[in-house]
Amino acid sequence: MSISIHQVSKTFGAYTALDDISLEIPSGELTALLGPSGSGKTTLLRIVAGLETADPDGSGRILFDGAPVTESPVNRRRVGFVFQHYALFRHMTVFENIAFGLRVKPRGERPLRDEIRERVHALLKLVQLEQLAQRYPSQLSGGQRQRIALARALAIQPRVLLLDEPFGALDAQVRTELRRWLRHLHDTIHVTSIFVTHDQEEALEVADRIVVMNKGRIEQTGTPDEVFQNPASEFVMKFLGDVNVFHGRVHNERPVFTGDSSEDGSVRLLVRPHDLAVLPQPGPGISIPARVYRVMTAGALVKIELLDGQNRLVQVQVPHETYRTASVHAGQQVYLAPKESRLYGQSSERLEYVI
Amino acid sequence: MNGEERQALSWGNLALSVTAVAIVGTVIVLPLLVVLKEAFAAGFGVWAASVTDPDARAAVALTLGVTVVVVPLNTLFGVAAAWAIAKFRFTGRSLLLSLVDLPFAVSPVVAGLIFILLFGRHGWLGGWLDARDVQVVFAVPGVLLATLFVTFPFVARELIPLMTEQGTEEEEAALSLGATGWQTFRRVTLPNIKWGLLYGIILCNARAMGEFGAVSVVSGHIRGETNTLPLHVEVLYNEYRFTAAFACASLLAGLAMVTLIVKTVVERQAARQTARGGET
Repeated sequence: MSISIHQVSKTFGAYTALDDISLEIPSGELTALLGPSGSGKTTLLRIVAGLETADPDGSGRILFDGAPVTESPVNRRRVGFVFQHYALFRHMTVFENIAFGLRVKPRGERPLRDEIRERVHALLKLVQLEQLAQRYPSQLSGGQRQRIALARALAIQPRVLLLDEPFGALDAQVRTELRRWLRHLHDTIHVTSIFVTHDQEEALEVADRIVVMNKGRIEQTGTPDEVFQNPASEFVMKFLGDVNVFHGRVHNERPVFTGDSSEDGSVRLLVRPHDLAVLPQPGPGISIPARVYRVMTAGALVKIELLDGQNRLVQVQVPHETYRTASVHAGQQVYLAPKESRLYGQSSERLEYVI
Repeated sequence: MNGEERQALSWGNLALSVTAVAIVGTVIVLPLLVVLKEAFAAGFGVWAASVTDPDARAAVALTLGVTVVVVPLNTLFGVAAAWAIAKFRFTGRSLLLSLVDLPFAVSPVVAGLIFILLFGRHGWLGGWLDARDVQVVFAVPGVLLATLFVTFPFVARELIPLMTEQGTEEEEAALSLGATGWQTFRRVTLPNIKWGLLYGIILCNARAMGEFGAVSVVSGHIRGETNTLPLHVEVLYNEYRFTAAFACASLLAGLAMVTLIVKTVVERQAARQTARGGET
C-alpha cells in the first residue's frame, strides 16, 4: 500500500510544525523520517495515522493507494501504530493486548475464539516471545514490550505500519539488536512502513529510504547512500554525521582557508572526520594549519582532536595503519588536507569551486 | 548504623507513635466509643425502639434514597468531567476545573443558601416553580440538589490526577487498533481507573450520607419528610432526647465504619493492582 502526502501543513497556535509537506512513500518500503526534535516528523506520522489532523485549509490530503483517507478517523484507517513508550494496555496480559484489535471488530468481522488464539500465537511466534503470553506488560523488559506492541499493531493486518521513535526508550545494546530485527521482520512481511527517528545511524542502517526533515520542511529524500554521500544541504550533511566546519574567504576566485584570521566566513568548508588527511607539511591543495591536542587510539579508528588557528576543535579519524606510519603526537603542528569536502556560501547555498 | 543511633531513633519513633495514638484516640476512637456507649446506655430495647421509630425510619429511608440517586449521578458527572479535563485540551478547561472544585471551596451552608436564593419562594426561579406547583426548597428535591452539589467534586477530584498521569497513549493505541470511542472507554480507560473510581465513589457515598450543613438549610426540617439521618440526630438532640439521638448517631457511625472497611479493601486491591500492572 503506497502512501501519498499532499500539501500537508500543521500549525499549533503561532508555531508551524509542518509547512506544506508533500511526499510519496512507495508500497512495501521501509521509510525513515529523520530529523531533530521539533522538525515535525512525529506530527507528520500522527497525521498519516489520523491521530492528528492537518490544518483545515482544504489543501492537505493523505492517500493510501490513491484513495483519500483524510476524512476517515484513526479507527477506520487500519494503520498499525507503534508508540515510543509502547502504550501497552497495562491491565491486560500480553495475549489480551495482541488480541485487542481482533476483539473490538464489529460482530460480523470478528474472528472466532479459536481463530483469535491461533492468530495471537502466530504473532507471538513472529516476535519470538511465545512463552510470555500470560505475562503483564510491567513484567517485561523494554525490548520485549516494544516487540509486543509491534505484534499488537500487526494483529489487525494493517495497511501501513507507523512507528514513532520505536527504539527511543531502549538502551543502546537492545536498540541495535531490535533495529536489526525490525529490518529482518520487514523483509519477511513487506508492509509499507514509516518510522520516525532522530538517530541518523538508525535511519541509515534500517531504512530503504530516508526523508530528512528540518523545521517542518523536507530537506532531502533518498536512499541512505544518496543522503549520506550526496547531502542536498548543509543541514543534511551536518545531521547525518560528525562534520568539521572551516570558515574561509574567496581570494582570486579560489577559496582560502588559513584557519587563523578572524575570517568573515563568506564560505564554509564542511569535511567529515574521516575525510581529513593529517600532513606534516602543507600539501598542494587546501592545507589548514592545526595543532594536535589529543589522540585516542582505543576504538576501531584512531580519533585525533586538533585545534585550528582560532582554537576551534577539529576532529579527525584515521585507520590504525595510517596512524602508525604518520607518527602524530600531542602538541605537534600539522596541516589538514580535505579529501572529500563540500563548500557552502553565506546563505547555505552549495558552492562549486575547483579546489 | 550503630546500636546507640538505633536506640535514639527508636525513642523518637516511640514518642511520635505515642503522640499519634493519643491524638487518634482522643479525636476519633473515644468519640466513637461515647456514641456507642450512650446509644446503648438505656439498653438494647430502647436503642431498637429509637431506630425503628417512624420518624427515624423515614430519615434512614430518605438518607439512603438520596444516596442512591446522588452517587450514580455524581459518578457519571465525575467521570465525564475527569475524562474531558484529563484527556483533552480545550478552551474553558481551567474554568471547568475550577467549577469542579467550587463545592469544596464554598461552605456547605452557603451552598444551601444558594439553592434557597435560586428556588425559594422569593428566589429567582421561585415564582416560575410556584406557578407550576413544584416545590424544591423545603422538600426532597432540595435535599437532593444540595447533596448533589456538595458531593460533586469527590469522583472527579479522585480521577483527574490519575487520568492525567496515565496520559492518552493507551487510548490512542486502542483507537488505532480499530476500537470505537465507547470500546476504548470501556475496555481501556475504565479498567485503568477502576480502583480510583471506586475510591471516589466511596468518599462521595460517605459524604452524601453524612452531609449536614447544606441539607440543613434547604430541608426545612419536616419530620418524617425532609429530615435526613444527620438532621434527625440534631432534632432529637435539641429536644434533649439524648439516648434516641445517640442511637441514630450510632447508625451513622455504623455506616461510616462500613465505608471505612470497604475503602480499606479497595485500597488494598488497588495497591495489588499497581504492583502487578502499574508502571507501564
